[in-house]
Amino acid sequence: MTVQGIGAAVQRREDLRFITGVGKYTDDISIPNQLYCYILRSPLAHANIRNIDTSEAKSAPGVVAVFTGADIDASGAGGLPCGWLVTSRDDTPMKEPKHPILATGKVRHVGDPVVAVIAESLQQARDAAERVKLDLEELPAVVNMKAALQGGTAVHEEAPDNMCFDWELGDKAAADEAFGRAAHVTKIDLINNRLIPNAIEPRAAIGQYEAGTEEYTLYTTSQNPHVIRLLMGAFVLSIPEHKLRVYSPDVGGGFGSKIYHYAEEALVTWASKQIGRPVKWTAERSESFLSDAHGRDHVTHAEMAFDADGKAIGVKCETLANMGGYLSTFAPCIPTWLHGTLLAGQYATPAVYTNVKAVFTNTVPVDAYRGAGRPEATYILERLMSKAAQEMGTDQAELRRKNFIQPSQFPYQTPVAVVYDTGDYEPALNKALEVADYSGFEARRSAAKAKGKLRGIGVASYIEACGIAPSSLVGALGARAGLYEAATVRVNPTGSVTVLTGSHSHGQGHETTFAQVVADKLGIDIEQVDIVHGDTDKIPFGMGTYGSRSIAVGGTALVNALDKVIEKGKKIAAHLLEASAEDITFEDGAFTVKGTDKSKAFGEVALTAYVPHHYPLESLEPGLEETAFYDPKNFTFPAGTYVCEVEIDPKTGFTEIVSFAAADDFGNVINPMIVEGQVHGGIVQGIGQAVLENAVYDDNGQLLTGSYMDYCMPRADDVPSLKVHTMPGTPCTHNPLGVKGCGEAGAIGAPPAVINAIVDALKEYGVDHIDMPATPEKIWRAINSASKPMAAE
Amino acid sequence: MYSFDYVRPSSVAEAAQALAGGDATLIAGGHTLIPTLKQRLASPKTVVDISQLSELKGIRRDGNSLVIGAGTTHAEVAASPEVRSSIPALAHLAAGIGDAQVRHRGTIGGSVANNDPAADYPAAVLGLGATIVTDKSQLDADSFFTGLFSTALQPGEIITSIRFPIPEKAGYAKFEQRASRYCLVSVFVARMPGGIFSSGDVRVAVSGAGQNGVFRVSEMEEALKSNFAPSAVSGITVPASGLMSDMHGSADYRAALITALAERAVEAAQA
Repeated sequence: MTVQGIGAAVQRREDLRFITGVGKYTDDISIPNQLYCYILRSPLAHANIRNIDTSEAKSAPGVVAVFTGADIDASGAGGLPCGWLVTSRDDTPMKEPKHPILATGKVRHVGDPVVAVIAESLQQARDAAERVKLDLEELPAVVNMKAALQGGTAVHEEAPDNMCFDWELGDKAAADEAFGRAAHVTKIDLINNRLIPNAIEPRAAIGQYEAGTEEYTLYTTSQNPHVIRLLMGAFVLSIPEHKLRVYSPDVGGGFGSKIYHYAEEALVTWASKQIGRPVKWTAERSESFLSDAHGRDHVTHAEMAFDADGKAIGVKCETLANMGGYLSTFAPCIPTWLHGTLLAGQYATPAVYTNVKAVFTNTVPVDAYRGAGRPEATYILERLMSKAAQEMGTDQAELRRKNFIQPSQFPYQTPVAVVYDTGDYEPALNKALEVADYSGFEARRSAAKAKGKLRGIGVASYIEACGIAPSSLVGALGARAGLYEAATVRVNPTGSVTVLTGSHSHGQGHETTFAQVVADKLGIDIEQVDIVHGDTDKIPFGMGTYGSRSIAVGGTALVNALDKVIEKGKKIAAHLLEASAEDITFEDGAFTVKGTDKSKAFGEVALTAYVPHHYPLESLEPGLEETAFYDPKNFTFPAGTYVCEVEIDPKTGFTEIVSFAAADDFGNVINPMIVEGQVHGGIVQGIGQAVLENAVYDDNGQLLTGSYMDYCMPRADDVPSLKVHTMPGTPCTHNPLGVKGCGEAGAIGAPPAVINAIVDALKEYGVDHIDMPATPEKIWRAINSASKPMAAE
Repeated sequence: MYSFDYVRPSSVAEAAQALAGGDATLIAGGHTLIPTLKQRLASPKTVVDISQLSELKGIRRDGNSLVIGAGTTHAEVAASPEVRSSIPALAHLAAGIGDAQVRHRGTIGGSVANNDPAADYPAAVLGLGATIVTDKSQLDADSFFTGLFSTALQPGEIITSIRFPIPEKAGYAKFEQRASRYCLVSVFVARMPGGIFSSGDVRVAVSGAGQNGVFRVSEMEEALKSNFAPSAVSGITVPASGLMSDMHGSADYRAALITALAERAVEAAQA
């Protein structure tokens, strides 16, 4: 490790521009002659569109155009595609209804875009939108998933029973056999609450068409500009990819919600050609609540079978997963391949079976949100483990320890398709228990009781699959894209380096961590390294950032490109040093002839490559620029244990999170400070899901939590000072950096740790489960519905 | 937001004149008005900004009363040595409103005039039996708050100050609605100075819970008059039937919170 290389806690280079307000976000970009788009959205959850009268709006001051779904249909544009095909257990493909850019025929959720009003100013567009006469015939809203499956009203006629797919994974017969011989079975019904992502920067898009060259540019708040270029160009607007540039400049957070191809992106791009002027749209915050894809929203029944020794022998789950009103880009893969495959957890349970039914409802579409399927799987398993421990009178940490996959078992084939390459779970459990002072807990519980408070402690051991993903594998599972990553290392003549990466930073700190990898490999200062991302006209075709994949997949592409640079550099140096390339070593920024003091600095070799006066031109091209595409061999499997401690005021039900300890195995770490920051953010989002956040719809499909007045995001004073520990860990075995990814762990492991702690605090009242978010009222009600404490002192 | 005319008068009299023009609204801190305007739920022709009027500013002791100018921000009340020494519970209340940004913009007059059922200040105004002084009259707290977002103010009438009698003891306890951090329930308890042969009057006011906004709990007041201790109120519950019920708190939960918070307010008053 050097002060700037791999493993160093280098301060984030990008933060200066962000915290001084000179970052450049999509909404900061204004193009001469640009128009503004206001989108009129459905006020109803479910309705037939009888008529849309735009005549008055069209003649309003400043209005340039008013478009409806009919205009888009007439132009021949397609609907928004879904990027993942899931096949039901009866081998039929999922129902894949059309997802129009602007609603046609019906509206299917509050916030469904219906009319685009484009004017010289945003104010004029809004004024004109009020003159649109929307004649809607209200239909019964489908909100509750169980009711939706019972038929009646259909959200889409292609799915009369509102079922998108009915999927399964695992060996049901083996699971049934295990349950048949179980000494103890723990059962649970739980809800994984719907969340609204709330990136700090709302989505925005600017479409621009150049008539002279027939080229389009889309500026957008995307986590993966090439994916948007491919989907929108090829499937929606039929724009040849070489005529379409998608550019995501600085992006203020995504958490998954900016992966997808959204209607507004296609709309402004399409409209810019229709009108011949650039068109800009920026979401208002209330619009974000109604149009950004939501997360989670599962209803699950799960059971876990144990033998007489307390060894888990089987897991069975049945889940309803809400898809919302349309299929968002990757929605089908979240509750299936990113969820079912994690249901072994850290445990050597031999038989696991899960069935997932995906349901259309008249709500905002649901897709990946930080963790994406893995938090839901972890929540099921980790609630089952702690509930089982409570039922069997065993310590919750010891029950986990007893069931861990042992280090000698890796690589470990789970009963749910994936192979864990490496891991060692007990050290992280021990560390988390030590940091949390688990052994001293009962004394703290007694001390709290003496002052009238209820204390509880909760353990959760999570696993996640990151570094997505091997293309051939995901292709077999229904992905309509490859999931490799690309990097170009461009060594400039004076020895500085420009990296063009397909990974996309929207808060993660790639401009620092990727530069650290370059600095480490080439032995140059990180100030000599520039990380370029987000612009399809500059970067090689890359798949972007999500699923904690940047360092594991994008980082590997970068390392492979750097290795090519070094290999070529050795040939150039060999020529300059009159030696054979095999005899050249590269270390600390110098090419040296083995066993001699003859050497050339990296900068000299770079200059020679571009000023090839003394250069083996007959056998080697000039220049020093290399590209690598890397397709991962497997997922990576970060894992760890979290311990949460809470104190509850029984009179009000208020829960204070008094302590939170985390021990994570991320394999090797590039920048421990950035990793710690990622874990902090993830844990706070997990605490938010556990006790604060909830998207609530009424029976008519109106979103009741449509603003920060009612939707509670976690704030700094809602969480304690987190005690985060990164384990020396088990390096990933199949990528050169040995890295696994850390972006989602906190949001995956925290919710069950918090709920396990709350249930533990309430156990004397006979409480064995409480659904998220565990609000003060729910807790107060749980206490008050118990006749009296069961174990009153 | 729709467009509107913005005027900034240089006196209360000028402000009243601007209001009299019709279809005009006052703005002080703007915490209720601006979100309403942004959502196009209000479209006044004129917005009259009184936030800079010096005659509405300031905090002074006047005999047995504390007089706070209507334009005084929550942060100024919270930090005022005069408030902290004469009615510390009021400074504590102000320090817990919203967040730092809210407290530096929002004003006491704006909060009282708006009478949001989940606001903090109405509990103190009613709990202390304050007098609302306007450019036209003086209104007592018991008849001032007339329902959700409604008060005894006449159209065009401007609050200039609030006159709080200085209590012997007072305490405030609040349970936040966690998203908005408004009061899910809050309770203000005050005991006024007694005479030589009588104990002082006790007032208990509840915000956040009532279907008609802030209200007093006479049963608790009676109990505290004879025994000013948390235990005096712990057996008293307010009927849930008159309380608000929404996704953040059902009526029976709010009723339980009123009792718990009344105990804590008394405890705070004794501290």
